[in-house]
Amino acid sequence: MSKLNSAAELKKFRQDILAGRDADKLCVTICLGTGCLACKGDKVHDAFVEEIRRRGLEDRVDIRRTGCHGFCEQGPLVVVFPKEICYLKVTPADVPEIVAETLVGGKVVERLLYAGPDGRKIVHEGDIPFYKHQTRLILGPNRLIDPTRIEDYIALGGYSALAKALFVMTPVEVLDEVKRSGLRGRGGAGFPTGTKWETTRNAPGEPKYVIVNADEGDPGAYMNRSVLEGNPHSVLEGLIIGAYAIGAHEGFIYVRQEYPLAVANLTVALEQARGLGLLGDHILGSEFSFDVTIHRGAGAFVSGESSALMTAIEGRVGEPRLKYIRTAVSGLWEKPTNLNNVETWANVPAIVSKGAAWFNGIGTEGSKGTKIFSLVGKVRNTGLVEVPMGMTLRQVIFDIGGGVSGGKEFKAVQTGGPSGGCLPAGHLDLPVDFEELDKAGSMMGSGGMIVMDEDTCMVDTARYFVRFLSEESCGKCVPCREGLKQMLGLLDNICAGRGRDGDIELLEELGEVMTEASLCALGATAANPLLSTLKYFRGEYEAHIKEKRCPAGVCKDLIRYYIVPDKCQACQICARSCPAGAIAGDKGLVHVIDQAKCTKCGVCLEVCPSRFGAVTKISGRPVPAPVAAGTKVQKRK
Amino acid sequence: METITLEIDGKKVETAKGTTLLQAARKAGIDIPTLCHDDRLAPYGACRLCLVEISRNGRKRLVASCAYQAEEGLVVRTETEKIVRIRRMIVELLLAVSATGPLQALGQKYGLKESRFKGGQPKCLLCGLCVRYCAEVKKNNVTCFVGRGIERDVVFLSDLSHTLCPVCRECLPLCPSGTLYSLYLKGYNGAPEPGSNKGV
Repeated sequence: MSKLNSAAELKKFRQDILAGRDADKLCVTICLGTGCLACKGDKVHDAFVEEIRRRGLEDRVDIRRTGCHGFCEQGPLVVVFPKEICYLKVTPADVPEIVAETLVGGKVVERLLYAGPDGRKIVHEGDIPFYKHQTRLILGPNRLIDPTRIEDYIALGGYSALAKALFVMTPVEVLDEVKRSGLRGRGGAGFPTGTKWETTRNAPGEPKYVIVNADEGDPGAYMNRSVLEGNPHSVLEGLIIGAYAIGAHEGFIYVRQEYPLAVANLTVALEQARGLGLLGDHILGSEFSFDVTIHRGAGAFVSGESSALMTAIEGRVGEPRLKYIRTAVSGLWEKPTNLNNVETWANVPAIVSKGAAWFNGIGTEGSKGTKIFSLVGKVRNTGLVEVPMGMTLRQVIFDIGGGVSGGKEFKAVQTGGPSGGCLPAGHLDLPVDFEELDKAGSMMGSGGMIVMDEDTCMVDTARYFVRFLSEESCGKCVPCREGLKQMLGLLDNICAGRGRDGDIELLEELGEVMTEASLCALGATAANPLLSTLKYFRGEYEAHIKEKRCPAGVCKDLIRYYIVPDKCQACQICARSCPAGAIAGDKGLVHVIDQAKCTKCGVCLEVCPSRFGAVTKISGRPVPAPVAAGTKVQKRK
Repeated sequence: METITLEIDGKKVETAKGTTLLQAARKAGIDIPTLCHDDRLAPYGACRLCLVEISRNGRKRLVASCAYQAEEGLVVRTETEKIVRIRRMIVELLLAVSATGPLQALGQKYGLKESRFKGGQPKCLLCGLCVRYCAEVKKNNVTCFVGRGIERDVVFLSDLSHTLCPVCRECLPLCPSGTLYSLYLKGYNGAPEPGSNKGV
């Protein structure tokens, strides 16, 4: 690969790539994001290579390994171009059939298609409801790109925004374009990106630095990972454009060590970009030079906080520091430093290419563009979704997500990661943007969205997040460290039936002080899971404390399993399954759980045939006295 | 030296540019409680006891006075109702860690008889005075933090401690929880008696 020395050479390079491609040629794309890899996507890929070789089809069919397509629930995903036939949950065993039927025979393999709730089959990826309601500006290209081939990115027009910035626009014009676009930080705080860039650009001191924050640590969130894995050049191009606008010549990508594929693909991307002269000295033959170092994080959630992240890059323990002078002015090595989230950077190329007005046309008054959410939990279509700002929670969860899984009732959605809040069904029509979520007591965060059903205990949920934060806080300031410790203790007590009058008030008082007095945003938002569940589900806390009852039947110390004598048919499945040997019963006899032996694992409830429904959970009232030993079952007619 | 004027609790205070709000207030005879602060060390801002309210253009916010630098015309209030509520809660949290002298005095000041939080044997308050004094003043880095979140702790690095500590021990009186000395002794299992200088 030789270096490209001008915008014209980049254009020519792209034309050559396109000229060498046949749009009608068959191409099998296989999703090999981390999710599909975990479902043996690589085996599916190998099977295609093997089968296509065996049938001598190498010249007629291309195979492309891509990053995450987003519909992780249905992975591994295979899309056959040019017709965009989308196959779901493909196994290596399905491959010979796909090759024979679709690649050779031109027919669709019906059984691997998406089937809607009405049983209707859908052939094209874009017609599946999960995708149909999305606006995939950032994630869309993933399915068309092999992240280890820069040619794929350039073929889609990649790096043309960089060329435009370098040769058609001044740095200030680029900055103004981003400002006018209304782009706000996607890492959580939603700070206007252009304004942040401007502060760093105007801050005294050289050199200036730019950083990609890829320390994605929210439980269940993986949108940054998927962008880095699937389309690393989009982030890199955004970063280079930002560096040009800000006047930085050195950049860092702070990525979690736990994201090996992202690190690998990024490393390849940087090498290829350098090889083509898109990174390094005199980018595209211009006067602008810039290079990037990958810094792998050591697994600390708190290092996602900007000052802690910069401290970590400097080689010290990642702990937030006081930010009375902003990191934009005094950041990495006390130099002006602009830090943005992966998704923020990935938005930049399109804004420069298509203009601020185009971007401005998407979204709401205060929140422009799209946002990627990691839609997980008790939802039918788990995956990554990208929607315009302002779409309602209901549309995201029900139209795209397909609603709650297992036919259960929706109870709450947790947005914004561990620092976010839980919103009840009454808020489903809330438009998703920075202001609206804040107002409701939750937040946008970096885009986690966890759906909870009726079987979720909100006290236990709050406790889960408080425990997570108590382990992930740096432990530096008192309100966060000691506050989380006491908060966890109180919640443990409440879940164990040891809650006392006054606990709720104490928790509220404590949560408020943590919010007001903590040193960094982690502490200042750490009480959100507690405060939001108290706000919307106070009754559940009261039930735990006053009645020693867990309404959702989750908190082990507050539930008992009980076999209803009238319903037991003595099938003996529960007794055989009980790992604690706590169920007594024999052929024809009513089964009884020995409460002293029961470990409340719930296996009996799971295995009891639904046509009997004899095993139940009891909470908040005593278990009825056991039937006399040897009681015969009442056989159903 | 450039002088700036600001208002603290209704008082006009003149101070040199570059001084912190805490220094300016103390110079004017206004007491702000602190735990992790020491004039010889860089501002740390971890105990949050020294939070004060500043207002500028009608916007109010809380800042750690040990770190925030005085600005011309700034209006500062050091003891609003909200600040008292915060300090009382912080002291209450700290009393559960170690109900020693300085904390009890603060508890009395904020009308706390006892903490509603569960405590036990006095533990390290993690103010970091020893760690920072050793690093910043003595440049020895013998004491350091380990662990994260609620597992955070302070340790003496024993190799260094055996040679450097017996002739120094300047951190010991800094400890507000009174737990540092026993921690220091713990590093001497089987080693020369501390203070005997035999280890040097």
